[in-house]
Amino acid sequence: MRKITLVVCVLLGLALSLGADTPVLLNAAGATFPYPIYSKWFSVYHTDHPSVSINYQSIGSGGGIQQLKAGTVDFGASDMPLNDQLLSQFNFKILQFPTVLGAIVPTYNIPGVTTVLNFTPQALSDIYLGKVTKWNDKEIASANPGVQLPGNDIVVIHRSDGSGTTFVWTDYLSKVSSEWKSRVGSNTSVNWPAGLGGKGNEGVSGLVEQTPNAIGYVELIYAIQNNLGYGLVQNASGRFVKASLESVTAAASNAAPKMQRDLRISITDASGAGAYPICSFTYLLIPAKIPDATKRDTIKGFLHWMLTTGQSEVEALDYARLPKAVISIEERQISEVQ
Amino acid sequence: MASNVSAAAHAPRPLRVRALVRRLADGDAVAHIVTLTFAASIILITSLLVYQLWIHSADSRKAFGWHFWTNSTWDPVFEHFGALPFIFGTVVTSAIALMIALPLGLAAAIFLAELAPRPVSDAISFLIDLLAAVPSVIYGLLGIFVVVPLMRTVIGPLLKDTLGFLPIFRGPNYGLGLLTASIVLSIMVVPYIISVSREILLTVPRDQREAALALGATRWEATWKVVVPYARAGIMGSGFLALARALGETMAVTMVIGNAAVISTSLFSPADTIASMLANQFSEATGTIYLSALIELGLVLFLITFILNGAARLLILATERGGGHAA
Amino acid sequence: MNGFRLRWRKSINILMLTLTGVAALSVVSVLFLILGYLIWNGGKSLSWDFFTHLPAPVGESGGGMANAIVGSIKLLVLAALFGLPIGLIGGIYLAEFGGKTFSFVVRYTTDLLNGVPSIVMGIFAYSLVVVPMKHFSTLAGGFALGVMVIPITLRSSEEFLRAVPGSMREGALALGASKWRTIASVVLPAAKGGIVTGMLLALARVAGETAPLLFTAFGNQFWSPGWTQPIASLPVMIYTYAISAYPDWHRQAWAAGLILLGLVLLANIGTRAALNRGGADRSV
Repeated sequence: MRKITLVVCVLLGLALSLGADTPVLLNAAGATFPYPIYSKWFSVYHTDHPSVSINYQSIGSGGGIQQLKAGTVDFGASDMPLNDQLLSQFNFKILQFPTVLGAIVPTYNIPGVTTVLNFTPQALSDIYLGKVTKWNDKEIASANPGVQLPGNDIVVIHRSDGSGTTFVWTDYLSKVSSEWKSRVGSNTSVNWPAGLGGKGNEGVSGLVEQTPNAIGYVELIYAIQNNLGYGLVQNASGRFVKASLESVTAAASNAAPKMQRDLRISITDASGAGAYPICSFTYLLIPAKIPDATKRDTIKGFLHWMLTTGQSEVEALDYARLPKAVISIEERQISEVQ
Repeated sequence: MASNVSAAAHAPRPLRVRALVRRLADGDAVAHIVTLTFAASIILITSLLVYQLWIHSADSRKAFGWHFWTNSTWDPVFEHFGALPFIFGTVVTSAIALMIALPLGLAAAIFLAELAPRPVSDAISFLIDLLAAVPSVIYGLLGIFVVVPLMRTVIGPLLKDTLGFLPIFRGPNYGLGLLTASIVLSIMVVPYIISVSREILLTVPRDQREAALALGATRWEATWKVVVPYARAGIMGSGFLALARALGETMAVTMVIGNAAVISTSLFSPADTIASMLANQFSEATGTIYLSALIELGLVLFLITFILNGAARLLILATERGGGHAA
Repeated sequence: MNGFRLRWRKSINILMLTLTGVAALSVVSVLFLILGYLIWNGGKSLSWDFFTHLPAPVGESGGGMANAIVGSIKLLVLAALFGLPIGLIGGIYLAEFGGKTFSFVVRYTTDLLNGVPSIVMGIFAYSLVVVPMKHFSTLAGGFALGVMVIPITLRSSEEFLRAVPGSMREGALALGASKWRTIASVVLPAAKGGIVTGMLLALARVAGETAPLLFTAFGNQFWSPGWTQPIASLPVMIYTYAISAYPDWHRQAWAAGLILLGLVLLANIGTRAALNRGGADRSV
């Protein structure tokens, strides 16, 4: 009996003391869209600053917003910038910091089709409205002459959780399809006319990977890392553009002047011949007032790092850097965190 | 003696306190109070749980009233919350799971209680009890990588080829969906049906069986026509227990059901259950009405499982006490 | 005519006997299928890295679940500290002291608690612990699991205490021991085996629970110091990794599933075997 007690005490002591030398532990939660780069950043930052652990849980933008509101996390992350109405629901001020630029691609898994498909805005919205149900429908086929498309039913995959990626996707669809705008609208969680739900970008890519004839919308790096095919999307100028560092940067090229006034901006369906039409900034939601001095300094330190050293990590994961003008706006905004 | 009593009654304060302290030093009284407090804490925790569920669902109950249960739109954008799709998903998956698990479980229980030699029966029951101990997330893991592909490549096409004219087997087969979730659920609840039914069958008095055999019945006839009807109530109770378990099952279901708030006639269609939807949407419900609606669903789930468990207990008790209406 | 009818009934008899046997065997075979799949897929993925490394950044290989393994242990420790005493001492009350109506109420509410779906338990722990603390934490997760441990422990403790023969109690009382002394020195030791079994089974049951941890313990990429920070756990990691598309994550999910199932089954088999063995000399 005594031996068992001793063993239990030792184990307890071990458990308690584990990590006793990491004095600063920050908790954050939110978007799955930038999760690959965030997890890379926080891991690198921890290696460079071993006393700082920033624990990020990717639960979706909706979750990030809600948990920040409930005060259970130190900061949140969302692809959807908070509009004034949402901000008014918080009883403290929030500062929004864009971190990277990413693209949302239509990824698909069609048995026998290895070519890269072209998608018109009409095709995408009709697929997600449930009006186009087969892969060889003329709306898809007309944009892909010469490609042998099977007559299989399209399996539509969307998000089952509150998602900033959904917000950007539906924001784009609302801009290109008035039927989508009136029937469904755009938000982190909508009343989907068709399809199955996956949890997080991770879940959607998982479903597309395992379900033949599926189509889903995910952030670019998820499609690349999992070897999923993704299509070109026709932009406002009529050209079919592939999501890439160049096309995403092109989409944000006109954004900087507008962001002088307000960092919150939508860059979907951007004009410009080389612009990819479904891109977005993604934001860290930082409380303006942080009473704990250590936490505040750590967060500010990370934000500085993110805007400088951090930006050099993003392109390896196919996110685009922030425009220089935006970086300087944000550097000024960091001083507002008290 | 009498003078002692009256002396004590009129005793100055310190003496009375001393009497109280002496009583407290009496280990039995202390033990009684301590154990009672611990037992009472269970009542406290449970009341707290029900209270929390009730309070936090107030906004939604006030806003939607009974329409919450008949409305089929779940729209967080326009803040219309109708729970019908989730009730549909919950009811359908549980019902089909039971339709598969009850006959299977009852047959296995009959084998174990009536027909197998005792050591074999004990060994197999032991293994089936182990099945009940497998965590839900492991069933989900196997669901994703084994059952879903099986449904997509083998079971689905088979059903479509043979029974495809039925509306329940129409529509595209994704592998995920109502039918897959029901199958996974049935495997999860079958051990409960088997273990409870087996115990119930074992309590049926031997003379019932022997009387039937004496009248010339075969072993099967004695079992099916005499023993099982005798234990009918208890077996129903095991079904209720299994149903309660199926209704609250979260992880395995959410991993294979497709997570779509739709009502459809096809069993291949994706759907959602109350528990599965709560797991997906709880951490992100923004706005008070949304959160309140989710908690209202949690409250209802809790109430239903509570009623079912209660009914199950009564039925099992009834069989153990007085037996069913024997043939 | 009689001969035909008899033969018909006899063949039905044999048919049904076989069918029920097939039913029982097919249910049992599911268990072996599950084990087989986990051993095959999980065994391949077990490695030293798995046990010692923290999770790697998304998309990179070589990560492990060291923090999740420790996390599950810490959560179980909390669940045990919170739930086992309440279950045991409550069981002592019901078996040794209980009054009629109060005992009925206690048993009734325990049954109620037992039937609460695990996701609802998570919601309860979230609103009771996470929101006031303004923190996801090991405490919240341990609380949720601890509450789930109570009904199982209480029921088994009461059962094994009641099974202690009255003669033992009366013997002690006849020797002049008070009631609590009897319980502590005679009844409890006699029921010890069964009670410990019940406790281990309760812990094995909650070790695999995922839903209550989703919004209480939350998750953690790093080690979780102390008890007030979010913490990773095996079941939640299995869930997160299984639904993703990364093959490396899938492999880790299988490995974690194997570990989890292995521990749960070991606890179940070990305790039941000990119970059956000890059953013979329980009356000593």
